[in-house]
Amino acid sequence: MAEPLLEVRHLKVHFPTSDGVVKAVDDVSFTIDRGETLGVVGESGSGKSVTFLTIMGLTNLKSARVEGEVLFQGVDLLKLPVEEMRNIRGSKMTMIFQDPLTSLHPFYKVGDQIVEAIRTHQHVSKREAMDMAVDMLRRVGIPKPDERAKQYPHEYSGGMRQRAMIAMALVLNPDLLIADEPTTALDVTVQAQILDLIDRLKEEFNAAVVMITHDLGVVAEHCDNIQVMYAGKAVEYGSARDIYYDAHMPYTWGLLQSITRIDETGEKERLKPIKGLPPSLIFVPPGCAFHPRCPYVFDRCKTEVPELLPTNGHHAAACHLSLADKERIFKEEVLQRA
Amino acid sequence: MSVQVNERTEPQRTADHNPLIKIVGVKKHFPISRGIIFQKKVGAVHAVDGVDLEVYPGETVGLVGETGCGKSTLARVIMKLYDATEGQLFFDGQEYTGYSRGKMQPLRREMQMMFQDPYSSLNARKTVGSIIADPFLIHKTVPKGRIKKEVQQLMELVGLNPEHYNRYPHEFSGGQRQRIGVARALALKPRLLVADEPVSALDVSIQAQILNLLEDLQTEFNLTYLFIAHDLSVVKHVSDRVAVMYLGRIVELAPGNTLYRNPKHPYTGALLSAVPIPDPDLAKQKKRIILEGDVPSPIDPPSGCRFHPRCPRAQFPKCKEDDPQLLPHHEGQVAACHFPLEDQAVMEQAGAPA
Repeated sequence: MAEPLLEVRHLKVHFPTSDGVVKAVDDVSFTIDRGETLGVVGESGSGKSVTFLTIMGLTNLKSARVEGEVLFQGVDLLKLPVEEMRNIRGSKMTMIFQDPLTSLHPFYKVGDQIVEAIRTHQHVSKREAMDMAVDMLRRVGIPKPDERAKQYPHEYSGGMRQRAMIAMALVLNPDLLIADEPTTALDVTVQAQILDLIDRLKEEFNAAVVMITHDLGVVAEHCDNIQVMYAGKAVEYGSARDIYYDAHMPYTWGLLQSITRIDETGEKERLKPIKGLPPSLIFVPPGCAFHPRCPYVFDRCKTEVPELLPTNGHHAAACHLSLADKERIFKEEVLQRA
Repeated sequence: MSVQVNERTEPQRTADHNPLIKIVGVKKHFPISRGIIFQKKVGAVHAVDGVDLEVYPGETVGLVGETGCGKSTLARVIMKLYDATEGQLFFDGQEYTGYSRGKMQPLRREMQMMFQDPYSSLNARKTVGSIIADPFLIHKTVPKGRIKKEVQQLMELVGLNPEHYNRYPHEFSGGQRQRIGVARALALKPRLLVADEPVSALDVSIQAQILNLLEDLQTEFNLTYLFIAHDLSVVKHVSDRVAVMYLGRIVELAPGNTLYRNPKHPYTGALLSAVPIPDPDLAKQKKRIILEGDVPSPIDPPSGCRFHPRCPRAQFPKCKEDDPQLLPHHEGQVAACHFPLEDQAVMEQAGAPA
């Protein structure tokens, strides 16, 4: 196999504050191959967004302490000078955000904003850039793209704005697209359209995609691999089938059991939410960070931090339960609902 | 994947079981005016355009639809936060369409509302205790000396720590704020709770906590819910019956499982096929009905069936000229479509005998 597109090794992002050090990301490692879609799942404050903002070079280095390596096509991004990072960001590696209204500038026409993104990275004339922008708007499914390019963001609907964001992100043919909750603010019908669009464009551009979300329900159809994050750590990693049919971590079980399922046709069943709230990232519980909320906790969990260990192939989970117990509990209790 | 045939037990609908809320032919049009000094009306946003709905005591009716379909406007009309342009509203058999503010006051005790955004629906300058106490002060149902005790009981009921009485909303997380919203709505022991997207702003794990809480409270206080959301899977989970709205009209109304198995309106089918399924294999079996474009403008809704410009099954000229009526299909199911979907048009019954 060729070298991975992106390899992250022991990434730590800590923010010292007057109350203590916020360990937003604490020793996270993973790889993404070309053409892969990686889902990154976790609750608010699990460190999923900070991980990728750091990879994009968007964390403020004055306030954050960053350690580890981020190898993008073999180059460590954390060691790159700011100017070189700027060249990569927005052209080879791009990011779209949850709220498309706040990520587009309200004073400038959508077409002009895409032209600006193109001309920052490529030496083309304004006219050529505008042609590229209009062509890209057409490819993301915006009707009458030449007229639409001359409109302002407020004239677009929510789904249209997210399409425009995707157009801007993909116009320079990036190798990696990071989508941070790209559909959370959208209706389900539009959500389905946008996710399909990302899938299709990924094929066309032969890019890799990272899909960050809090909802395991959304990504089943679209991800090859899934990484579950909790309190700044990766707690489970595996293929989509591993996660949905054979999850090994009680936190993942909790996420799966919290989803309201349209395909549940029997008696009204109660959801089984994860009790309590995610911990403060300043005072992360000792041992396994999930232990205060875990229904299967035992003594070892309270003192010893579980490592993210592969159980079979590349499926890995950070949990002290024995493999036999995990498989039994998953089958008996978690799959019950499915 | 086991498939059970039993339907959810539906509330009895006998003669002595009258609807708690009944609305007939309700319309809400917002005028659009031009000009600064000499304002004249140039059109209207047809936000709600002829809706009939009955909600029976103890049941949960879900209202689902895309942004801009009029579901929140309908909720506000029912609560009389907006006055209906046309139509009649009944609460427990009593018409309240033309009630004045003062006359509405006692009725407000019976019907309460909770909102989507737990950040903007709570006054940031007031303590949680005084936010929840407000209904008591306004309606004077509890003597002043006992208010604090009542509030703390409510806080406990919704799973908040009563000692946090003097904290401010910013000290709570999104899910906890939504619990404050529930406590405030329940303060007057209402019979009807209108919940407008109560969980859309929350993480899934917290969503599940709030949905369970609402379910528990319903059993405990025999509440009736009108539950509004854009997410069909959430609506189906909580509701006995689900109403699907499109451009100001109800296009289909059915028990949740019927709607899931045998949707009749193509719009329902499209909504259903867009709902993500947390199961990679099952998701692949689903037939997709992809909708083109966005919801048309409610200022000038399409003629005939409002869905015809986006409908994959539309036949012309019938759908463009003839406005379909709600007609019965399966038990408890009505749909407004000239060419309804066949049974199981969206979901294959995985594992079910053929």
